[in-house]
Parts: sequence; structure tokens; C-alpha cells
Amino acid sequence: MKNLLEVKNLKVYYYIREGVVKAVDQVSFSIKKGETVGLVGESGSGKSTLGLSILKLVPSPGRIAGGELFFDGKDLAKLDNKQMRKLRGRWISMVFQDPMTSLNPLMRVGDHLTETIKAHEKVTHKQAEEKALSLLDNVGISPERFRDYPHQFSGGMRQRVGIALAIVLNPNLVIADEFTSSLDVIVQSQILNLMKKLKKSHNMGMILISHDISLVSEIADRIALMYAGQIFEFAETNAFFEEHLHPYSEGLLSSVPNIKLSNQNLSYIPGMPPDLIHPLKGCRFYPRCSYATKICREKEPPLAEIKTGHLVKCFRYN
Amino acid sequence: MIAPKYSVSRLIASKLKGLSPTRGAEYFAIIGFLIISSIILMAILAPLIAPYNPIKKTGELLESPNHKFILGTDGLGRDILSRIIYGARIAICVTFLAISFSLSCGVLLGLLSGYIGGKLDSILALVMDAVYSFPGLILAIVLAAMLGPGIVNTAIAIAVIYTPTYFRIVRGLVLSLKESLFVEAARAIGAKDRTILFRYISPNVLSSVPIVLSLNAADAVLTLAALSFLGLGLPAPTPDWGFDLKAGHAYLASRIWWPSTFPGLMIVLLTLGFSLFGEGISEMLNPELGR
Repeated sequence: MKNLLEVKNLKVYYYIREGVVKAVDQVSFSIKKGETVGLVGESGSGKSTLGLSILKLVPSPGRIAGGELFFDGKDLAKLDNKQMRKLRGRWISMVFQDPMTSLNPLMRVGDHLTETIKAHEKVTHKQAEEKALSLLDNVGISPERFRDYPHQFSGGMRQRVGIALAIVLNPNLVIADEFTSSLDVIVQSQILNLMKKLKKSHNMGMILISHDISLVSEIADRIALMYAGQIFEFAETNAFFEEHLHPYSEGLLSSVPNIKLSNQNLSYIPGMPPDLIHPLKGCRFYPRCSYATKICREKEPPLAEIKTGHLVKCFRYN
Repeated sequence: MIAPKYSVSRLIASKLKGLSPTRGAEYFAIIGFLIISSIILMAILAPLIAPYNPIKKTGELLESPNHKFILGTDGLGRDILSRIIYGARIAICVTFLAISFSLSCGVLLGLLSGYIGGKLDSILALVMDAVYSFPGLILAIVLAAMLGPGIVNTAIAIAVIYTPTYFRIVRGLVLSLKESLFVEAARAIGAKDRTILFRYISPNVLSSVPIVLSLNAADAVLTLAALSFLGLGLPAPTPDWGFDLKAGHAYLASRIWWPSTFPGLMIVLLTLGFSLFGEGISEMLNPELGR
């Protein structure tokens, strides 16, 4: 099957006064049509930057410093601003983290949708409105709220609108950046179910960016674990939970609170995420890694395929 | 179309309908509004309500207020009441022209400067700050002297000194809104720059403009009066409050007060109207002062 998105050796750097922050460094992965990939990592691991770079929307002073992005066989680097704009929304779109501020406070909810439809497709206002209404119905918002303003909506409803807005043009790939983080657990599961339903009905590829690995595993086909701007482990969701190979994955999973554990058993990974201006020469995780050896300090491990479809960046398996 | 969050006209409409103000600020706004609207009405209806031709000698020179000339006549025998009524046309016309020039320039440049950023922004911000740093009246005098007399020229001279006010407000808001999530979200679904600027950013910026508008109008009335007083306003026979104030000023020493007092009062009245209105509105819209 053809890859929907292919990322090769992508580097996204932020050029700030103190130096160059290597937020995403040499990241490669691919997504098939209709596949959902969960991009998991702690704060500052570069997952949001990676998401934005696929749309070429990395905020200044950041910039794509190297690598290649292929979407549906097209090289995104070769597209100019206008072509990129046409691609956004129509082929790749994004759901944002904070539903409270991701809608224009002075624009009616329905207008958000109809304007987007009209900007990309040649349809009459009436047609656009009909389409918007059916879509809102799809995400569980009743038609009488069509002319309301965002402030009249709750957080969960706004996130539904945000999702509707992202899928309004039937994109092939949706990037959802922490799309449930500011919602409570009940609403989270509702939104998650909605995403599952939409994924099936629209056959969209999705990248779910989250720090919550258990949430992502509910819906993702594969999981990519990011640390310090690099992918450390990439595997099918089931395989990942059965057998997480990287020491970081192990640490991360054992620090997820679980009701069955007693207090003493909840562990954490000692140390701090590394400085991305001066990344370590060897493996970026070695200061916090309990298995670290001499070679980890000196050489960077490759992201190697240990089993079919299971990639790990660690010397323990090479 | 989007209805702005706070529309001044809607606010006034709702206030006037009930007409039961609960706070001082609301009285201010209503009084200010009544003053402004009656002066505008006077300007519009000038030919109907003015008893005499304002630029013709109709009586003896310097007649004190009497039953024929309610406010007396000036040094050239012209009816002061008629001149005041016609003078309202100039005052209103120049004020509104000046305000709309500065508003449109300031808002548009502010939007572009803030949104596009880069070199354009640095240059525009520098120019606007330079203009802003001048004492307003001095700059207006220089410009008015350079441009020469006339309604449009005077309006431009006044407009230039108020443009930076709008520019600064708008640019500042655009700079912060540009980074806001809903703008980023709009970009992520492929909105054009034009759409983002005019559908997403400007509606959120413009709600803060009306208050400044009214307060600037009050200032503009005074600036116009000052320019006319200095003879830099409009050519001579045109009825103009500032000019009449100056002309009447010469007779004050001989206790002939009416040629200067009444135009002066009109200037004060119109200024008061604009500032009451502006202050009232801004206090009503300020959530921190509580309802």
C-alpha cells in the first residue's frame, strides 16, 4: 500500500539568541492511508513541532532545516505558499489543543465551517451551509446551534466544532495536537469515540499527538515514542504494549498511575529532559537510562528494525 | 456579516429605548449624544433655521443682542446667530472628515503593519512614533500652513495628528491576535491571508476603536478651532467658530462681548458633547468598573 505521508530525516530547528534548538532532529517515519499513528512524548520532546512542520506552519524563529516531506508522493518542500495553502484543510488539516481559543470569538460557529467550505470548493452559500449542518450533526451538535457564537459553547462542544472544522473538506490526513488535553475524562472519551467513528467513516489517516500514552493507545494503530526531538521507538500499538523494548518506553509506562498499584510502586524516570541546544553526543537518553553503557555515551544508536514493524533506537538490541 | 461585540449604535439604541439610566456614565453618554446630534441637526437644517444670510451685512455694525438679532451682529454687521448655525456645518464637516481620514489610515496601516511585520512594520511604526512625538497642535499648524486653507486641507492637517493613535492601538492588538490559536487554526485549514486579516483579526480589533473615536473627535474640534483662530483654517467669509472667536476677540476690550462669546460657547459645547459621549461609552463598556 502506498504511503500517505513519508517523513525522511526531518530536522526542525528554532534559531534563538542562545543558539539553535534542535526541536526535531533526524526524524523519519511514514503513515499509510487510513492509518492512525500516535505520537507520544513528554513536554518539549518536539511532537507538536513535528505536527506543525508537516503543514509547514512552524512558528518563527523555527524553520525546517533539513529532510524531506512527501505527502501522497508530492514533495512538500517544492510547494509554494499558495499551493501549501490549498493543501491545508483540503488534504491535511489540524485539530488544536485548546478548544477555548481555537475558534474566532466573533465568528458564528456555522460561519467557520461555511467559510472554509467556500474558500476551497466552488459551491453556493446554500450548499456550503447544508454541508456544514450535516457535518455538525455528525459530530453531535444540533442544527439550532449553527448561528451561535463560540462563547455560547462548552469546551467539549467547541472541540467537536474544531474537529468538524478539521474534517470539513474530507482531508486524507488529520493531525490532532493534544486534542483532548483540556477536556475532562468523560468528554475525552466522547471525543475519542467520535474520532474513532470519523476515522472509520472518512477513512482518514491521523496523527494523534499526546503525552497520554494510554489515551492514544485506544485509537492508534501504531505508536511512535518521541524523546528529545527523536523517535525512540515505533511499533504497532499491541506490540508496543506487549513488549516495549526501549528503556525509555519502559520507564514511561511504569510511571503511568494505575489503580492496582500501591503508592510505592509508582516509579518515575530520574533526571530532566535534555538541553536541545547542546544535545548529547551519544544517545540522548543515557544520563537517565539505567542500562547505559560506555558506547551509549559515545555513539548515537540507530533507529533499527528489531522485529517486523518494530523499530527501536537503542544499543541494547544491536 | 459579523455583528461587532460592542456596537455603539446598538448600545445607544438600547439605552434610548429604555431611557432609564442607572449610572452617571449612562447620563453622560446620553447627554453627549443629544448635544452632538442637535448640533449635527443644526448643521443640516442651517438654511431653514438661520434667520439671515451669514456672509452678508444685514444690520448695523456690532449691534448688541436684540429682538431682531438675537445674538447681536459682528464687526461687519453680520448676524451672529446665523453665523453660528452655519458654522456648525464647518465644525461638523471638518471634524468628521478628519476623524474618518485618520481612522481609515490608522486602522488600515495598523492592520497591515502588525500582520505583515518585518521591515514594513519597523518603518511604519517609526514614522507613526515620530508623528506621535510632536505636540499635536504644532504639527497641525505646520501642516495647515503648508497645505493652505480649505475644508479638506484642514481636515488632512488634523487627521495626520490622530492617525498614530489608531495605528498604535490596532497594531498592538494585531500583533497579539496574530499569534492566537484561532488564527493559527484558520491557517491550518488553509485560509488566505486576506481572509485571516479581514475575517479573523479585524473584527476582534475594531471593537476597541469607537471609544477612541469619540474622544479624538472632541480633541479635533478644539484643534480646528485653534487653527481657525490662528487664521489657518478656512478662507475669510466662511462662517467658522474659531475664526469668529478671533474676529470678536478684538472688541472684547471695549466690552463688546457677543461677537466672541457665542462662537466660543459653541466650541465648548461641541467639545463637551464629544467628550461626554466618549467618556460615558468607555465607562459603560469597561467591565472593570462593574455594572
